[in-house]
Amino acid sequence: MLSVTELVKGVLSGNRRHLARLISLIENEDSQAQEALVKLYKHTGKAHVIGVTGPPGSGKSSLVTKLTAEFRKRSKTIGVLCVDPSSPFTGGALLGDRIRMQEHSLDDNVYVRSMGTRGHLGGLSRAASDAIRVIDAFGKDIIFVETVGTGQSEVEIIEVAHTVIVTDVPGSGDDIQAIKAGIMEIADIFVVNKSDYPGADKKVTEINTMLDLDPRERVWRPPVLLTNSRTGEGIAELADKLMEHFNYLKESGLLEQKGLQRSREELQSIMKYKLTQELSHKLQGKPEYEKAIRMIAERKKDPYTVAEQLIAEFLLSEIR
Amino acid sequence: MLVAKPGLDGHDRGAKIVARALRDAGMEVIYTGLRQTPEMVVRAALDEGVHCIGLSILSGAHNALFPRIMELLKAEGADDILVVGGGIIPEDDIPDLKEAGISEIFGPGTTLQEIIEYIRSNVKL
Repeated sequence: MLSVTELVKGVLSGNRRHLARLISLIENEDSQAQEALVKLYKHTGKAHVIGVTGPPGSGKSSLVTKLTAEFRKRSKTIGVLCVDPSSPFTGGALLGDRIRMQEHSLDDNVYVRSMGTRGHLGGLSRAASDAIRVIDAFGKDIIFVETVGTGQSEVEIIEVAHTVIVTDVPGSGDDIQAIKAGIMEIADIFVVNKSDYPGADKKVTEINTMLDLDPRERVWRPPVLLTNSRTGEGIAELADKLMEHFNYLKESGLLEQKGLQRSREELQSIMKYKLTQELSHKLQGKPEYEKAIRMIAERKKDPYTVAEQLIAEFLLSEIR
Repeated sequence: MLVAKPGLDGHDRGAKIVARALRDAGMEVIYTGLRQTPEMVVRAALDEGVHCIGLSILSGAHNALFPRIMELLKAEGADDILVVGGGIIPEDDIPDLKEAGISEIFGPGTTLQEIIEYIRSNVKL
């Protein structure tokens, strides 16, 4: 068993096996993972994190593969994190995104990792943001994060990515779909993939029409690009746009602003998680806790008052 | 768990059925797709941090490819990963493959349950 110090040293010096090991520890919520993350934190924040989201079968993995090839030509190193759904019944998962990415599998400058959602909703796994951080510390210039095939409201990707690509394909629903809330609002770049399919231009027009109606005053209007992952059409232009968006974030000060916002949200969510853990640790199995639950179920007490009482007691006991 | 198809055969119905069964048994299964070199299989196993590799082969090249995969794993110090094989593999070849480090070979007629149970009781987590 490797020590945390060895793991951290390995990740910082480019040891892929240590990287793989640490990501597994994070996924398994091992106590060593947090120790390692504490040590790695100051080495993070350098990579350009690009989220790729869109419906199942819209060509996300193929797009990431082509973009990886394009950015490798431009001498960038690449990390890829692909998330696929876990079974709500067995916890098992079939992670198939790697199939499309095998052309890069022997490139030392590309690291691909698959993950199951393990019950987490929102399009990513709970471990995703920490895994991205570790790949960042490992030194990859660009990290692609491919979400599960999304429906309409899995928008968690905006919390971890600097640039979000939303993929769509020709023939997927009418123009009403394009003006619905949710996923259509989070794109920094729209990609209409499979450009050789009939209806590709119509899809581009529908998305552009939707953008014309967007009341937000934005300097960056998301471009709508046509790509074809089979022929490579439009990939170089997409890569240019991705760089352009990252530069825009830097020059406009938005990158800094997003960073602050993200740190605030992350701190809050860690505090919430830790407090909840502490609280349930204290209460779990206590007879009075079980009794209160029973009384709530029997309508003798209400959950709102009981929750307030328990929290008040917890805070008092912590002060003492 | 990594399910891999080393070599040049183009049939992966068996590999997909096994992958699906392992998924239903609660495992996280990464499938590599067809026509993988031993180097690609080992790289995928290491990058994904898997505990077990299942090799499926129907081409007859198992005597060349399986030992090569074991060699590469050993060179990486990763021979603690449980490696099992399946497909069309003659009885006579099995002892040598086991000698090379493949833990078990599952031939035609093996039930999915047997594979699941074997992996569960032999994998080092």
